[in-house]
Amino acid sequence: MTVNYQTHMPAAAAHSASHGHDHAHDDGSKTVLGFWIYLMSDCLIFASLFATFGVLGTSAAGGPGARDLFDLPYVAAETALLLISSFTFGLASIALQAGKRDAVATWLMVTFALGLGFIAMEVHEFTHLVEIGAGPDRSAFLSAYFTLVGTHGLHVTAGLVWLAIMIHQLFVFGLDGLTRRRLACLSLFWHFLDLVWICVFTFVYLRGVIV
Amino acid sequence: MSAHNPLRSYVGGFLLSLALTALSFGTVMAGGVRPDLALSAISVLAVAQLVVQLVFFLHLGTAPEQRHNTVIFILTALLITTVVTGSLWVMHNANVNMMPMSPRTSVGD
Repeated sequence: MTVNYQTHMPAAAAHSASHGHDHAHDDGSKTVLGFWIYLMSDCLIFASLFATFGVLGTSAAGGPGARDLFDLPYVAAETALLLISSFTFGLASIALQAGKRDAVATWLMVTFALGLGFIAMEVHEFTHLVEIGAGPDRSAFLSAYFTLVGTHGLHVTAGLVWLAIMIHQLFVFGLDGLTRRRLACLSLFWHFLDLVWICVFTFVYLRGVIV
Repeated sequence: MSAHNPLRSYVGGFLLSLALTALSFGTVMAGGVRPDLALSAISVLAVAQLVVQLVFFLHLGTAPEQRHNTVIFILTALLITTVVTGSLWVMHNANVNMMPMSPRTSVGD
């Protein structure tokens, strides 16, 4: 656009030229790529939290350790909820490609319910730990645990808010370019959270019980 | 691959993830496996599941429209590996060499 002004193009012509230019490239792929770059920076936040947990994971300060606290069948149930919700979001993506608005909304609602179940289980787990005196102030191990798993939980909660907003937008705006682009970003976000959870159940819960 | 039949891609990814998750939990909950072996097993299973979900759910691959995301992810994975292994290595060394109670803190260690 600067080039247009330097070549003394009439303002109106310059405007229409840049206008047409913007539209030709506005297919949403740059938005999704930008969102992917954000997700990768989010990966680095989780990487530092995992590194912190890796260093402090055995520093229980004489308090309860991973083996005393973690209930693996309970964690397996949380894992199942999140994995199934990732799959139902995939079904919503397929309905999106087929242009079926009501099917997209239905699968997003199922995904929301499963995600809510996951968060409810996690909140229950955290309150139980605090009640038995194993809160984040008990030891370095528990500080690192609550920070890492809590950060993941906050991301899932943000995903739930986003899901609710998108379900509302589907009914108000339908499947237009904007809602499609937003759902493409939310899809990456939701699947990404399941990827982080694979690392959480492996390196926090399972590893904690082994070591 | 996923462009041809998206449903097969999601179902396949889901079933593989389910199987890998069950193997991970099974290895630890069954007990009786040597700790170092169990740790290696669940690490390999986790990496396998990460790859499965990256390909089947996040559609990473070598197709022209996937290449940008894939390259950015590989660079991020390199950064993550550096941050995590570097932190664990440095802190482990600090722990071994500087803790007064550690049995390995002898002269000439």
